[in-house]
Amino acid sequence: MEEFGSFRQVAMEVPFGKTFPVGTDYLKQITIPGILHFAVFWVIQKRNELNTVEGRLLIMGELAAEKHVNYIISVEKKKDSFESVVMEHLRMNGAYWGLTTLDLLGKLHAVDVDEVVSWIISCQHESGGFGGNVGHDPHILYTLSAVQVLALLNKLGVLDIEKVSNYVAGLQNEDGSFSGDEWGEVDTRFSYIAICCLSLLHRLDKINVEKAVKYIVSCKNLDGGFGSTPGGESHAGQIFCCVGALAIMGSLHHVDRDLLGWWLSERQVKSGGLNGRPEKLPDVCYSWWVLSSLIMIDRVHWINKEKLVKFILDCQDTENGGISDRPDDAVDVYHTYFGVAGLSLLEYPGVKAIDPAYALPVDVVNRIFLHT
Amino acid sequence: MESDEEENQPWIPIWQRPEWSDVTPLPQDDGPNPVVPIAYKDDFTHTMDLFRAVFHSQELSPRSLSLTSEAISLNPGNYTLWQFRRAILEALNVDLHGELDFTEVVAKGNSKNYQLWHHRRWVAEKLGTSATSNELEFTKKILSLDSKHYHAWSHRQWVLQSLGGWEDELNYCDHLLEEDIFNNSAWNQRYFVITRSPILEGLESMRESEVNYAVRAVIARPENESSWRYLRGLYKDDSGSWVNDSQVSSLCLKVLSTKSSSRVFALSTLLDLISYGFQPSQEFRDVVNDLVGSPPGPDSNLAETVCALLEREDPTRANYWRWRRSKLP
Repeated sequence: MEEFGSFRQVAMEVPFGKTFPVGTDYLKQITIPGILHFAVFWVIQKRNELNTVEGRLLIMGELAAEKHVNYIISVEKKKDSFESVVMEHLRMNGAYWGLTTLDLLGKLHAVDVDEVVSWIISCQHESGGFGGNVGHDPHILYTLSAVQVLALLNKLGVLDIEKVSNYVAGLQNEDGSFSGDEWGEVDTRFSYIAICCLSLLHRLDKINVEKAVKYIVSCKNLDGGFGSTPGGESHAGQIFCCVGALAIMGSLHHVDRDLLGWWLSERQVKSGGLNGRPEKLPDVCYSWWVLSSLIMIDRVHWINKEKLVKFILDCQDTENGGISDRPDDAVDVYHTYFGVAGLSLLEYPGVKAIDPAYALPVDVVNRIFLHT
Repeated sequence: MESDEEENQPWIPIWQRPEWSDVTPLPQDDGPNPVVPIAYKDDFTHTMDLFRAVFHSQELSPRSLSLTSEAISLNPGNYTLWQFRRAILEALNVDLHGELDFTEVVAKGNSKNYQLWHHRRWVAEKLGTSATSNELEFTKKILSLDSKHYHAWSHRQWVLQSLGGWEDELNYCDHLLEEDIFNNSAWNQRYFVITRSPILEGLESMRESEVNYAVRAVIARPENESSWRYLRGLYKDDSGSWVNDSQVSSLCLKVLSTKSSSRVFALSTLLDLISYGFQPSQEFRDVVNDLVGSPPGPDSNLAETVCALLEREDPTRANYWRWRRSKLP
């Protein structure tokens, strides 16, 4: 498409495949053809403008960042809120989702660091593990979130690193898998959690890495994906966990990148959103799990990024803030985080870069590994 | 478990019942400025206050057990409740068959809950093979409501491998696929059965019949990602056999020759075959050129033409198909 000024005579392509001149000659005559030509001319000019990045963002809609920040900072005190009732025991996860989102939107300074840190410490147990909230039993899920939040706040120094890492390392089983806690549930989610956590603490040497890799590889399926246990159906969430763990352990060569990349790209449906398995509905959280996996195996260009951005933006509640699993559903902190994190991976302007393996802002990860 | 006589009395919230009058409830300590402030329903607050009291004193009693039932029904996601319940069950040496009923009741409320399934597995493990048919029935019930329920499938796979019961599993997969040929979980389970069942012959022996099965499924719905992947998976480490199996290539031909069929997976399978050394006959060239809609140029390369078609038929993944084209020799 050639560039053009407002009323210069140029030839241009119109969507119908014909070329015809547009210019002041026609406009001098206020005729129906003249008006029609002007209308087409105007539409095409708009289309050209909208072909720039900024233009495309305009038609896709905008990220209501301020609204989402406010949503997170003041989760409403509604007595009948279902979310409020169920969130108590996993407040540690909620803190990670909320605070990471704030950081990605450049608003982490709104938080009282000391208060968060002392609350986190009060959730720690004798064993070194963290519970989901004060008075809850320790579990690997909340231990990672605690470490991630402390990393965000640059307060890892408050930890007894040996204690925490011993707790996590102690959850590895003979076959290389990891349990969630002393009660023994095994899932590749826990492999990722343990490996991510120990890596952030620079203590990966406390586990048997070779066996950990072996177990994850045993969960690889014929479609290139990974399940929760050997033989378990490939699922984007589990794939993120396995690929992330392998990436952190420097073992991505076990992944068939082309095969898995194609499987992941097949998650994109007509609406532009991503699902987690064949024939399932799209959900904003897969914008994270599918996308981060694609980035880690260097295949993200295989999906249509623009359509995905549009899908995520359509899941916003632009009035009250927050993001939901799909357009017009109720919002929650979890999907708000995954929507913003997904936009970060898609390099949406105004959102900080996030590391696809550690699920923390890149500057935080750099601080930990490069001492910057 | 509640006694029958309680059903005739007006329902009193647990924290107001006389058997709890000696306990001082412990309120939640959020600190002066909670990090992620959460509002509470009254029921929940009072019940959890009681729970915190017995948890703090580690009271492993029958009334604590009832309390966990109540609290779990209000918030089944709270893992501490479940853990404490297990501690009580162990301490009191309770008959765990009752737990199977309890988890089923909780599942009716919300079955997408890791704690519930982990608890169920813990119970089943303790009960051993006497629980096998119960577990298969339970997962079947859940799957009849949601045939792709990830937790249910995960549990079912664990039951089969730990407790047995493989006899009807392939039939069960047949049944589910008859209901919904697109059910990826059922296809996955089918693969699980033919590769791991101790009472079947193994993948290689069953390959021929399974290929027939997959081919029929593809012909019925050529747009089905799962059936195509299953077919490919039957040749897991043996691409040579896959390329040489005329059933696979003629399947592609058949789908591509049928006017109304969805073509993307047939085209991509043909592309894969060619990449692995398949030599397409003139029939393939003809049918592909028909799809392009214009006569082939003198130097036209079938694989390249297929890539171009895929870009057109599957624009969402245009970048992927362009990359495939770039990889052609």
